[in-house]
Amino acid sequence: MTIRLSGVGIVSDMIHLQIYRYDPEKGGEPTMQSFEVPLTKPGMKLLDALNHIKWNLDGTLTYRRSCGEGVCGSDGMNINGVNGLACITPIAGLKQPIKIRPLPSMGVIRDLVVDMEHFFDQYRSIRPWLQSETPVPEHERLQTPEDRAEIDGSYECVLCGCCTTSCPSWWWNGDRFLGPAALLQADRWIRDSRDEMAGERLDQLEDAFKLYRCHQIMNCMECCPKDLNPTKAIDHIKRTLLARKS
Amino acid sequence: MAYLSTDKVEHHFHDVVIIGAGGAGLRCALQLADANCRVAVVSKVLPTRSHTVAAQGGMNAALGNVSSDHWHWHMYDTVKGSDYLGDQDAIEYMCRAAPRMVRELEHQGVPFSRLDNGTIYQRPFGGQSREFGEGGQASRTCAAADRTGHAILHTMYQQNLRAGTHFYDEFFALDLMMDDNGCQGVMAWDIAEGRYHLFQAKAVILATGGAGRIFQMTTNAHICTGDGGALVLDAGLPVEDMEFFQFHPTGIAGVGPLITEAVRGEGGYLLNGEGERFMERYAPTAKDLASRDVVSRAIAVEIREGRGCGPNKDHILLKLDHLGAELIMKRLPNIHELALRFADVDCTKEPIPVLPTAHYTMGGVPTNRFGEVVYADGDEKERVMESLYAIGEAACASVHGANRLGGNSLLEIIVFGRACGDQVLKHLGEKQYHPKLDPDCWKSGVARVERWLSGAPEQDDSVRISGIRDEMERIMQEHCSVYRNEAVMAEGVEHLERTAASLSSASIKDRGRVFNTELVEALELENLMGLARAAASGALARTESRGAHARDDYPERDDEQWMKHTLASIGENGVKLDYKPVRTVPMSVDSFPPKKRVY
Repeated sequence: MTIRLSGVGIVSDMIHLQIYRYDPEKGGEPTMQSFEVPLTKPGMKLLDALNHIKWNLDGTLTYRRSCGEGVCGSDGMNINGVNGLACITPIAGLKQPIKIRPLPSMGVIRDLVVDMEHFFDQYRSIRPWLQSETPVPEHERLQTPEDRAEIDGSYECVLCGCCTTSCPSWWWNGDRFLGPAALLQADRWIRDSRDEMAGERLDQLEDAFKLYRCHQIMNCMECCPKDLNPTKAIDHIKRTLLARKS
Repeated sequence: MAYLSTDKVEHHFHDVVIIGAGGAGLRCALQLADANCRVAVVSKVLPTRSHTVAAQGGMNAALGNVSSDHWHWHMYDTVKGSDYLGDQDAIEYMCRAAPRMVRELEHQGVPFSRLDNGTIYQRPFGGQSREFGEGGQASRTCAAADRTGHAILHTMYQQNLRAGTHFYDEFFALDLMMDDNGCQGVMAWDIAEGRYHLFQAKAVILATGGAGRIFQMTTNAHICTGDGGALVLDAGLPVEDMEFFQFHPTGIAGVGPLITEAVRGEGGYLLNGEGERFMERYAPTAKDLASRDVVSRAIAVEIREGRGCGPNKDHILLKLDHLGAELIMKRLPNIHELALRFADVDCTKEPIPVLPTAHYTMGGVPTNRFGEVVYADGDEKERVMESLYAIGEAACASVHGANRLGGNSLLEIIVFGRACGDQVLKHLGEKQYHPKLDPDCWKSGVARVERWLSGAPEQDDSVRISGIRDEMERIMQEHCSVYRNEAVMAEGVEHLERTAASLSSASIKDRGRVFNTELVEALELENLMGLARAAASGALARTESRGAHARDDYPERDDEQWMKHTLASIGENGVKLDYKPVRTVPMSVDSFPPKKRVY
């Protein structure tokens, strides 16, 4: 059986995958395991293939997933060397065998599941909530559509970790460099016209490691599943710091 | 290890434990944490993975930023939308609170879209009117583009980080600790570590979301498995109105992801295979912005009568390209992305193929308008179960009755999350200490897991949980869909009961304790099965058509016999049905008596 996919010609009826396996209870070194999965529908996504394995071939395959439509950020993984969300990555167009590994440089709990704690700690460290001292008005705060548009391209982040774990600077200095995701959110609050702590936020970021370990490698922007641009946000923070010095 | 008769279970003491970290759970946690309570949020996923994140269109509140509006009109629309099964005290409470709640969200940082004058952007949504249906379409839905759920969930998470809420992420709730004094806590399984935890608390709040995964084709995330309702059923308590399940008119055909009603609110419309704007025939006034149950039924009829689209005439088209690329990219950017990814359609140029898709659980854990869980005790139909609360989609307050209006679910989670927090604060004033637990109370929770991990290992011929789940989803899809009738449902119920029984002989392959997701899927399937059984049996028994429950053989609403809530519990002899009256008396205004629903 062959299925014709619009725009990509003919794809063979079986998909070949090689998936990183690691079970801490069994011990030993991680291995790559091969699987074959039928291509069941046009537009099939990588998560469909993983689910097929889990539900029909090997129930022990371990990964996170939730919404299945790219908005919850659960299923970030390394797909043929590039980080992405399995649920919105089409099978068509992926070179086979598709090599799937956990997000790079993260502690692996099991198979494709990594420990996200440090990533979320860094997110928390930028105090990602609206801070203002002016008493709130009776009604909503007013914000012009233009001021609101300032945070387009940053508030949409789903905290999947694809960008941060693709960043070589974070691989080397992830203990102190905040990484693209946390810095994108820092910039979101610096840009939000309702937030009154931009100065304090900038003070906190003005640090050789937290911010300035970004060397504009731009892996973050290349791989972001939501097409956001953390490099640009980091650049904006740096320019804002520079501007307030002059 | 305190006084429990085991050292395998870690014993925690909190003032309040909240199960679920979606919008309702987090709003409630915020209310309590800001009042200096020791709050534990126990969630089977990282909080930002909760399904609130997928809500798109917005949140209703009569702010009147775009058109004149009043909470009383919002209340009228909600009662009418519920097909008069909604409890009017809870509906009044919600609609009155709405404007204040939206403004509070703005103060907390939600990035709402804005009008030119700087106020919160509001768009028209289905089933909305002014002046009690006489004043035309209202614009009541407050939106952050078409990512309103994401914006609200992330803001709630951020506020809880500020407030110091204790998060127990990736913990699965196994069993409620119930005794004569109500609910004392919950047993949970730490998924990553593979260990047991007992969370003892003076109040337990179920905020576990819906059960859309009982159906094959659903907009719901994999995690929407009705865990709170199942915990309540396991405790011998009933769930309410589970037969009322909302089919959203516009899921992407054959795949499932939601295409928000905001598309029609912004001016999009539906076309059948003959290119006709068919909603004009079904709802002459509201047209494509009729209530969701009405639109879903119209689509089902069009397809059934051979006017579907595509080579198989098996779907309908949602046209929005006439809105222009600029508006689409500004107001509906996420829809553009989803249509491209899941339907291979550029919606600025082509229509999106859509189908009614299981979307929202109107039923759930019965509560009053304070979020307190209630149960029937003899003639007393709403006795409060001490120390147990339920909020959000997991609960049935009931503000949605037989059909929820778009934009009312994000509203519900915020309003009742907060209201429940306030009610719990009062309760904590009276309950200062943790009562002593039965030292053996941990046992049934542990047994629930060990049955899967220590039972006979999976053989080649053993029953897989994925097979049983497929069967359950298929039965619900084919026997309890948009249109229902006696013969089809009776067969479905019988089939479902057999499938449920087969669960006891099922096994899993994965015997590991560390991050065993096959185990989690098995536990979730147990939860789903109870709710599917309650839904199917309740639907079969209800011999009328009301809201989302539409029967070919009983096409009319029967207020004399059926203006009442279903209460389904599960005992040794299967599903047991009971009923309780609708609370038709609002808090302060006159009741809206049932009348014929026309849009």
